[in-house]
Amino acid sequence: MLHYTLRRLVAIIPVLFIVSIIVFMIIHLTPGNPAFLILGEDSSPEAVEQLEQQLGLDKPKVVQYVDWVGNIVTGDLGASIYSEQPVSEIIGERIGATFSLMVVAMLITLLIAIPTAIFIVWKRNTVMDPLFLSGSLLGTSIPEFWLALLLVLGLGVAIPIFPVAGYVPISEGIGDWLHHLLLPGLVLAFVEIGLIARMLRDSMLESLNQDYTKTARGKGVKESTVLVRHVLANALIPTTTVIGLTVAGLLGGTVIAETIFTIPGIGQLLIDSIHRRDYPVIQGVVLFIACVYVLVNLIVDLLYAFLDPRIRYD
Amino acid sequence: MLSRKRNLIPFVFLILLFVATITAEWWLPVSPSVMDSGLRLMAPSSENWFGTDHFGRDLFGQTIVAARVSLLVGFTVALLSTVLGTITGLLAGYYKRLDSIIMRIIDGMLAFPSLLLALALVAALGGSVTNIIIALTFSFWPVITRVVRSSVLQVKTIQYVEAAKTSGVKDPVILARYILPNILSPIIVQGTFIFARSILAEAALSFLGVGVEPSIPTWGNMLQESQIYITLAPWFSIFPGIFIVMTVLALNLLGDGLRDAFDPYAKGKKKARKRLFKQKKQYAS
Repeated sequence: MLHYTLRRLVAIIPVLFIVSIIVFMIIHLTPGNPAFLILGEDSSPEAVEQLEQQLGLDKPKVVQYVDWVGNIVTGDLGASIYSEQPVSEIIGERIGATFSLMVVAMLITLLIAIPTAIFIVWKRNTVMDPLFLSGSLLGTSIPEFWLALLLVLGLGVAIPIFPVAGYVPISEGIGDWLHHLLLPGLVLAFVEIGLIARMLRDSMLESLNQDYTKTARGKGVKESTVLVRHVLANALIPTTTVIGLTVAGLLGGTVIAETIFTIPGIGQLLIDSIHRRDYPVIQGVVLFIACVYVLVNLIVDLLYAFLDPRIRYD
Repeated sequence: MLSRKRNLIPFVFLILLFVATITAEWWLPVSPSVMDSGLRLMAPSSENWFGTDHFGRDLFGQTIVAARVSLLVGFTVALLSTVLGTITGLLAGYYKRLDSIIMRIIDGMLAFPSLLLALALVAALGGSVTNIIIALTFSFWPVITRVVRSSVLQVKTIQYVEAAKTSGVKDPVILARYILPNILSPIIVQGTFIFARSILAEAALSFLGVGVEPSIPTWGNMLQESQIYITLAPWFSIFPGIFIVMTVLALNLLGDGLRDAFDPYAKGKKKARKRLFKQKKQYAS
């Protein structure tokens, strides 16, 4: 396990290198002079020059990159051009809302996807199975933001049970917190539910034919116990990898959910910063999300290897 | 492949949508660009099938015309990603030396959750149809590279490739004549899925206000504009969304159908299952 962990850790280095280059490039891909673009059309040459110095844009690109990476390693992501606040501080203020939203979405996903998969496998020889397959295909074809609009229309406006905007920190009461996050969480979870349930169904159907399942049946174990204790338990192992993918999907989708439901998380921050051309914040948020994603995938890989020792020797 | 009913329906839908949108000016009863302040946010009627928007423009016509950019973006991204992904995948799969370099870069690009890389690129380049196509191509071609590379690794060891190599056939010829034709099916299937995903991504970016210029009608832009009228005019939000869902679903069905059609093993399995079922029935009676 130690050997495998080290190998996985080493494999991350080139990935992070490429990630850092892509994020670094964001500001340099802008057409024309970035400083000019940030300050606007009627900026004075002195102001442009000053901002160039502040952002280090007057130095050669390689020097800029090395400086930039050096700062990041020490935790300095630069400062926002708009509010002059350090980027790491802004992300720190916003991450709570995003994290809350993702936890709620993840819980909704698992709470719906796992029972659905069990039910479909239980009723596998009925019309439920093809119905489920078409349903999950339809689910992946619905844009999240459109679903959000429909939910706002249905559950926020027509039958107002849920607030359609805003966020309440968990410190102000867990009920209120959850009440505000259920609708955006559902939107965020929607696509993932279909994917996870589908994945779980496939691996459960596979483990139905395994010897241990037959043995359990042969022993006279109840069908419901067979499904949960033997089939589901073994099918959950490959599903842990999908959870990594889910986190990725949620990280991408959080931008949309936060924007529609005006939740002050890092997704909304990213969109606002793109509109303001606040490049240090854009770079900081993109880098942060990519690093979280890489880290989650690493943890999932290690967990998978821990749960299923065969993986370690591949 | 298209003779199967399951593939035919989505295919016909996509062709109809394509023809309808490029010929819209000739057959639409109400011009989609005519503004009429007296007809603002009208509910669907026999005159305006999908109702009207906040400028009194006909929403049915706009929804049809908006398909142009959505289909253009989706198709171009699918085509470009497929070409780039195939080239890099062939190189990575065939030449061991290039493999580690190309795949490290691809892994780095795939380290961004979907939409995030596109958002980052749009933030740099600015929103326009061309830039959206560039941004989405960059987010999607690594997927094709991976698929192509793993297919090449499988095909490379088959004897006819080895035979061609030993008889002195040049590498480019081997790649183009012996390997590529054998890995086309997964490429086409993935290309279809990328077509679907780019339509969704373009709509999402435009909806977030960082996509195609607001003056150009796309489904995403329409939904972005409709957002503030959601309680006054829900039809404004509903119809463009239904068109996105139908188009993306058609592409996903087509991709699924093509995958089954290309996979003789899947077909064989289905037949085998049917045979087994028949036998069981006979046995039971």
